[in-house]
Amino acid sequence: MQRALTIVVLLLAVAFPIAMQAIDQTYYVTMASRILVYALAATSLNLLLGYGGMISFGHAAFVGAGAYTASIMIAEGLPSAWIGWPLAMAVSGLLALAIGAISLRTRGVYFIMITLAFAQMIYYLTVSMKAYGGDEGLTLTQRATIGFGFDLKDDATFYYVVLTLLVGALYLISRLVNARFGRVVQAIRENEARMEAIGYPAFRYKLIAFVLAGMLGGLAGALLANQNSYVNPGILHWTESGKLMIMVILGGVGHLYGGVFGAIGLLGLEEVLANHKIAWLAALYPNYQQHSLLGVGLAMLAVVLYAPQGIAGIFRRKRHD
Amino acid sequence: MSLILILEQSLNGLQFGLMLFLLAAGLTLVFGIMDMINLAHGSLYMVGAFLAATLVQATGSFALGVLLSIPATAAVGMLLEVAVLRTLYARDHLSQVLATFALILIINELVRMIWGSDMPLSAPGALAGPVQLLPGMPYSAYRLLIIGVGLAVAVLLYFVVTKTRIGMLVRAGASNREMAMAMGVDIKRLFTLVFGFGAALCAIAGAMLGPILAVQVGMGENILILAFVVIVIGGIGSIRGALVGAVLVGMVDTLGRAFIPQILREFLTPAFAGAIGPALASILIYLIMAGVLFWRPQGLFPARG
Repeated sequence: MQRALTIVVLLLAVAFPIAMQAIDQTYYVTMASRILVYALAATSLNLLLGYGGMISFGHAAFVGAGAYTASIMIAEGLPSAWIGWPLAMAVSGLLALAIGAISLRTRGVYFIMITLAFAQMIYYLTVSMKAYGGDEGLTLTQRATIGFGFDLKDDATFYYVVLTLLVGALYLISRLVNARFGRVVQAIRENEARMEAIGYPAFRYKLIAFVLAGMLGGLAGALLANQNSYVNPGILHWTESGKLMIMVILGGVGHLYGGVFGAIGLLGLEEVLANHKIAWLAALYPNYQQHSLLGVGLAMLAVVLYAPQGIAGIFRRKRHD
Repeated sequence: MSLILILEQSLNGLQFGLMLFLLAAGLTLVFGIMDMINLAHGSLYMVGAFLAATLVQATGSFALGVLLSIPATAAVGMLLEVAVLRTLYARDHLSQVLATFALILIINELVRMIWGSDMPLSAPGALAGPVQLLPGMPYSAYRLLIIGVGLAVAVLLYFVVTKTRIGMLVRAGASNREMAMAMGVDIKRLFTLVFGFGAALCAIAGAMLGPILAVQVGMGENILILAFVVIVIGGIGSIRGALVGAVLVGMVDTLGRAFIPQILREFLTPAFAGAIGPALASILIYLIMAGVLFWRPQGLFPARG
C-alpha cells in the first residue's frame, strides 16, 4: 500500500514540469526545485534531530559551507558538478567531523549552544571572505555543468537533477535507518548509557551520523547556490538553522519523509501567503501579504503546541485508526 | 595604538557589556529556573526600544519616555508568559526553540504592522556632545550615561537578588526548582514575575542602545545570540556569571574589533591581516564560548552547587 503510494507520488513529481509547461506556469517548476532542495536540507537535519536525538542548532553552517564551496568552484572556473558537488559534500563533511568531534562531548542544552557557536563562527568567516563577496555575497555567472548533453540552466533539467538526488538520499536514509547502523543510532537516542554498557561506542556512531548529515546538508547547499545563482552569508545565519528545524518538526521528527513534508508545508505556506491574494484575509487586513511571516509564525506555533508529531503524524494516526 | 585609544575602546566595551548584562540577566533566570530556552527574549528588547521611541516622541522627554517604556514592556512580557510560554515549560528543548522562534516571526511582523520597519530615537540634546574625560580624551556623554545606568541596574539587581525575600525565592528556584516547590514556593507566580522583570531589563537595554544602534525590526536577533553566549560563559541561572560574562563578551568583542586587525598587521602581510583580522575579531567570543562549553560546561559560575 505504502509502496504504491510512493510510486504514485514519484510519478506525479516526474510529470510535474511537463504539466506546468503545458499550462505555461514554469514559475512553479523553479519553486518546486527550491522546495526539493530545502527538503534535502531538512531531511539531512532530520537524521540528527529525529533518528539521532541530537538537537543541532547549527545546520545552516553545513548547508552554507556546501553552497560556498560549489560557488567558489564555479567562480574559479571549474564549473563541473562532478567535481564541485562532491567537493561541497567533502568540505561540509570535514567541517561536521571537526564540529561534531568537539560538540558531541557535550549534552542536552549545551549541545544546542555549542553547535550554535560553531555555526556563528562559520557565518563570520564567510562574511570576512572579501575575495568572494564578503557581506555582499557572490553572484554566479553560470550554473554548474553536468555534461551528457544536459544543461542545468534549463529549469526543468535542474528540477530533475534535484529530484533524483533527493530520491537517492531518501533511499539511502531509508536503508540506513533500518540497517544495523541506524538501529544502533536510534537505540543510543533512547538510552545512551545502556548502549555504552553493552559495548557500542556511542560517540563514534553519533559522530558518523553527524558527518553524514553534514555531507547531505552540503549537497543541499551546493544545489541551493546553483538554484539561486547566488550565495551570501545570509544562508548561514542562525535563523536559517531555525528555519530548517521548523521544517523538520512541521513535517515530522524522525519520520523518513518529515523533511520533505516540512519543506513543502513551510515554503508552500510562505508562497501562498505572500503571493496569492486570499479574499477573506484581504477583507480582514488589506496589506496582509506584506506580513506573510505572521501567518507562518502562527502556523508554526500552532504545530509546536498542538501537533508535535507534525504533518507525518497526521498520516500516521490515520493509518492506525 | 595610543593609551587613550585603548582606554576609549575599553569604555565602549564596558558600555556594551553592561547592556548585554541587562539582556542576559533576564534570559539566564528564565533558563536557570524553568530550564527554558527563550529565543523571543530578543523580541522583548525590540518591543522595549519601539515603545521607548514612541513614548519619547509622545512625552517630548527622553527620560520620561524611557521610564514609561519599562513597565509597558514588563506588561507585554508577562502577557506573553501567561499566554504562550507557560505551556512550554514542560516541553522538551526542541519544542521550546521552535515555539519561541515562531514568536520572533510573529512579534517582528506585529511590530512592523504597528510601527513600520524602524523608529527614530536619538539621545537627549544635552548629552549629544562629548565630555572631556581626561586631558586630550573626549568621550561621548551619552555613552557615559549608559555606563552609569548599567552599573546602577547591576547594583540594584545584586541587592534584590541577594538581600530581598523575592530574590531568595528566585535563587532557590534557580538552584533547585523541585525543592523550592516542595517548600511551598509558588513557582508559577514567581516565574511570571521574573519574566516581567526580565522584560523590564530588556526595555532598559533597548531604550538605551536605541540611539546608538538604531531602532528597527530584527534588532533583537543578533544581540540575542550574544546574550546566549554571555549566559553560557557565565553559567546558566547565575546573575553573577551573567555580569562577568557580559563584561567579558563586551570587552573582548569591542577591543577585538578595534585592535586585532592592527596587531595582526605586526606579524602578517597587510593583505592577509586585513582579510583575517575582522573574522578573528568576530569569532573570538564564540571561541571562548566553545572553550567554556568544552572544558567547563556548567559555566564559570555554576548556579547549581
